[in-house]
Amino acid sequence: MPDNMQTIYIWIVLAPLIGSIIAGLFGKKVGRAGAHWATIIGVAVACILSMIVFKHMVIDGAKPFNGTVYTWLVSDGVRFEVGFLIDKLSAMMMVVVTFVSLMVHIYTIGYMHDDPGYQRFFSYIALFTFSMLMLVMSNNFMQLFFGWEAVGLISYLLIGFWFKKESAIYANMKAFLVNRVGDFGFLLGIAGVLMYFGTLDYATVFANTGPVVGKTIQVFPGSDWSVLSLICISLFIGAMGKSAQVPLHVWLPDSMEGPTPISALIHAATMVTAGIYMVARMSPLFELSETALSVVIIIGAITAFFMGLLGLVQNDIKRVVAYSTLSQLGYMTVALGASAYAAGIFHLMTHAFFKALLFLGAGSVIIAMHHEQDMRKMGGLRKYMPITWITSLIGSLALIGTPGFAGFYSKDSIIEAVGHSHIPGAGFAYAAVLSGVFITALYSFRMYFLVFHGKERMDEHTRSHLHETPWVVTIPLILLAIPSVIIGFIYVGDMAFGDFFEGAITVLPKHDVLGALAEEYHGPFSMMFHSLLTLPFWFAAAGVALAWFLYMKRPDIPNIIQEKLRFVHQVLDNKYYADRFNEIVFAGGSRLLGKVLWQNGDVRVIDGVIINGTARTVGIISGIVRRIQTGFLYNYAFAMIFGLMFLLAVFVLR
Amino acid sequence: MFVDWPILSLVIWLPIIGGIAVLATANESRPMQARGLSLLVAILTFILSIPLYSDFHLGTHLMQFQENTRWISAFNINYHLGVDGISMPLILLTTFMTVIVIVAGWEVIKFKQSQYMAAFLIMEGLMNGVFAALDAALFYVFWEAMLIPMFIIIGVWGGPNRVYATIKFFLYTFFGSVFMLIALLYLYFKTGSFEILAYHQYKFGLGPQTLVFIAFLLAFAVKVPMWPVHTWLPDAHVEAPTGGSVILAAIMLKLGAYGFLRFSLPITPDASHSLDWLMIGLSLIAVVYIGFVALIQQDMKKLIAYSSIAHMGFVTLGFFIAWRIYANTGEYKGVVMGIEGGMVQMISHGFISGALFLCVGVMYDRMHSRMIKDYGGVVNTMPVFAAFMVLFAMANTGLPGTSGFVGEFMVILSSFKANFWFAFLAATTLIIGAAYTLWMVKRVIFGDVTNDGVAKLQDINRREFMFLAILAFMVLLFGIWPAPLLQVMDASVVNLVAHMTQSKL
Repeated sequence: MPDNMQTIYIWIVLAPLIGSIIAGLFGKKVGRAGAHWATIIGVAVACILSMIVFKHMVIDGAKPFNGTVYTWLVSDGVRFEVGFLIDKLSAMMMVVVTFVSLMVHIYTIGYMHDDPGYQRFFSYIALFTFSMLMLVMSNNFMQLFFGWEAVGLISYLLIGFWFKKESAIYANMKAFLVNRVGDFGFLLGIAGVLMYFGTLDYATVFANTGPVVGKTIQVFPGSDWSVLSLICISLFIGAMGKSAQVPLHVWLPDSMEGPTPISALIHAATMVTAGIYMVARMSPLFELSETALSVVIIIGAITAFFMGLLGLVQNDIKRVVAYSTLSQLGYMTVALGASAYAAGIFHLMTHAFFKALLFLGAGSVIIAMHHEQDMRKMGGLRKYMPITWITSLIGSLALIGTPGFAGFYSKDSIIEAVGHSHIPGAGFAYAAVLSGVFITALYSFRMYFLVFHGKERMDEHTRSHLHETPWVVTIPLILLAIPSVIIGFIYVGDMAFGDFFEGAITVLPKHDVLGALAEEYHGPFSMMFHSLLTLPFWFAAAGVALAWFLYMKRPDIPNIIQEKLRFVHQVLDNKYYADRFNEIVFAGGSRLLGKVLWQNGDVRVIDGVIINGTARTVGIISGIVRRIQTGFLYNYAFAMIFGLMFLLAVFVLR
Repeated sequence: MFVDWPILSLVIWLPIIGGIAVLATANESRPMQARGLSLLVAILTFILSIPLYSDFHLGTHLMQFQENTRWISAFNINYHLGVDGISMPLILLTTFMTVIVIVAGWEVIKFKQSQYMAAFLIMEGLMNGVFAALDAALFYVFWEAMLIPMFIIIGVWGGPNRVYATIKFFLYTFFGSVFMLIALLYLYFKTGSFEILAYHQYKFGLGPQTLVFIAFLLAFAVKVPMWPVHTWLPDAHVEAPTGGSVILAAIMLKLGAYGFLRFSLPITPDASHSLDWLMIGLSLIAVVYIGFVALIQQDMKKLIAYSSIAHMGFVTLGFFIAWRIYANTGEYKGVVMGIEGGMVQMISHGFISGALFLCVGVMYDRMHSRMIKDYGGVVNTMPVFAAFMVLFAMANTGLPGTSGFVGEFMVILSSFKANFWFAFLAATTLIIGAAYTLWMVKRVIFGDVTNDGVAKLQDINRREFMFLAILAFMVLLFGIWPAPLLQVMDASVVNLVAHMTQSKL
């Protein structure tokens, strides 16, 4: 049914857009309920249709769809089009995006219940769903860039949703600008693609890599750079911005200033994974540049390890989850660098479910605690909110990679794949992701114990009002908990080690680590049992045990450690001073440069010397000339006589 | 049905005669009469200009809607009008923006309303004349005449420092155009004609070409404005009334860029080639240097003025990368995209900068300040206005989906073909442009209410909503579907590129 399919694709993107327009432009008329129904119906339609598409692609095994919706513009013989490429990769992303988005929409009814910007919020998140779908369904770089920047815009609007909060409007500007640094690279990458491939259409670009392989470009005189490396690294800079990789990670923790539902949807499950998706989509290009893969794996490893460490010292419940997100994005990036794109995407999917779950769980706790986010003022919440407790436990177990849970299959595939990779930097990355497992378990269960177990450290007033959150909050938690448990088990064989993404992701035989691992893969059960003998499992277990010991058994020890390792704690607490560095060097430097250029260039030299200087010079000269015009007849007569004599002399003496 | 009408003459003379009629019937005690008549004339002119688009023949670069009669036979000067894909969109932009400006000045101008409206109508006619003129003498007359209404608008309805600003504006532009006159006279004596299209075919050596090019450059660079002859613009904008700023940014700046396409590139291609390093250099300085200067401005109008200069840098960059592309890749593919990108940027910047100046005007009318520090938390009291302002700000940062993206995107894509570093420097606008725009938005729009003035603000009224909504629609329309715009330009630009890449030596 190819004809109907294009109609379905168009409706998948239009339905949330229409919902968003209704809630946004007619919010007052349709009221609060009207706004949430309009957007929820829009996103639900998109979600159901996405599932139909998924079934069509994956279960019925339909051929990928690649078609144009309309021509954006034609210039210089290059057609820029808006169109869809639907294969298993995009179908999977569509389901993840619309499903998590739908959960978040429902959850928002409860979370934003008393907020005056209710309609606006629904309009934004529905618009986000539209933009994200445009991004993942795109069949060309132009539309990819559109979706890329559009999700950035919504992220900007939502981080600054509470626009009275100074910290929020600082964070949203920072997020946009840091993302723009990434987009700067991304755009150069796109320009490079157009120059060397003559088109921005994915299929044509991927099919014509041959002639570009050996080409070089002289960025600096005398240094020949591989064109593909330059393009791939430029594109990856875009991914670093969107997927918050070091050093462009600084915006993501601050983005927690936004309401929690969007932290779950945008800053954990979907938008931040756009970079991962993009690199996987570009695998036919990245495969051809080992330099780029090497950069990817090293950046990913740094992010996975060092951002995890920061999670250990945070006291704000959302920030812990935020640093955990950074670290997990690092894992996905490492997978990409090791050419284990499928494992990276697989982790993207499982992570979307369990991280959205963790964020929404944290949000549920925050609602119950009357918008208190400091974990030091929590504790023992399991008695009061059993559903939040159990679902958060499930999320945490999935995150640390407990055998059998979703996160286990995806993360273990990544670690194994990196262990097999021979890309330069893979050794370092392996060490990073392996030790990262321990850190992940430690900060996850630190949070879990501090929030749900131990002494009840909140004040009496809060404690007396503690109760489980309403069903609009708990239902999404339960619905997200289910895939967090089972989705890995179901899809590990197909996605990580099978040919699920065949045609969508390209891996050269010499890089095919997952292919090598697939030979040792004997089903999800055997993978589970085998893991009991491997390092990651014991690292995770040790992390949980240590968390239990430090925060349940001997809660006095953490403070002692903090005292003893004050320097380390300081560095971590200040997030490696990255924010301060950026503020002084980049923000301050730009302002200073602007001031210098303006004061000296425009005001002093151009206006002061040249423009007004010319005016002054004219004034001075005319002042002198003016003196000649005295108005006295004898002066003029004298000048005339003198002139005559002079002329006469010239004439006679000639 | 319109085909036989002298549409170009109508869009030039109707507003001029209408403007004179407004002046003649002026009555200080009944401003509504002047406003109503002016709006009628502006709308009528806009409607009359629509056939220029709807009856436009795609696929030909030849001049359309031509009118040609003798004017001053002694000097072989003709009243010759005509448009192609390069000038036609600019005329529509002019007739469109004039309507907006008349509506925007409706209640805001408190004295000499009729003169104010008349000045804009007359200027509209003169600017249309510049875009439509195919005779160099005619062109020059319109070009210089245009200065007078703008001079009056700033000088009469301007801010406290308006005298300095008007004189600076006038001398700057006049200084430039004197050299253009010399160049035109030179060409006249060489060819015996004032036909611009004849100049395109006139072959002459590199030396005189260079002199002619520089003479044109002085005139056009001041108008665009290019660094370092840009310093009149911030002053003029700051002092001009809102409507003046809108017309200045939306249309007058485009005249300079139009001049490059109509005169410099086709008449002196070899000089353009040999001096392209200068043009590219100045364009990139405009993008980067001016971007940083915009960052630290305290006055919103100044900030947008500097932002205009930076955005116009893309236009001139797109126009002059042709030979670098050839040098780098061995073919001219990408040149058309650069020039078309520059032209899209011109149209788009007309909407966006116009809208931003109108936004500042809306705030200024209420608070009588343009200073960023006097604002903060405007969104609390003017939510609808804030939504528009954020939209236009985002368009100003070149967000995809708005028209601001299209031109910048095309110019960056094609400049990469010329040189990696051109694209690199041009693309920094993604960061710098976002920084200065959003920082302003943060300080003005967002945050808690900072003072009583902001607390008492009234959200926009229906009239203000209308013109902002129309502009928002245009910005989004050309962002989502720029194809129609590109379609009308294409044949003319392709022809221009074919012509200018042919050496005249």
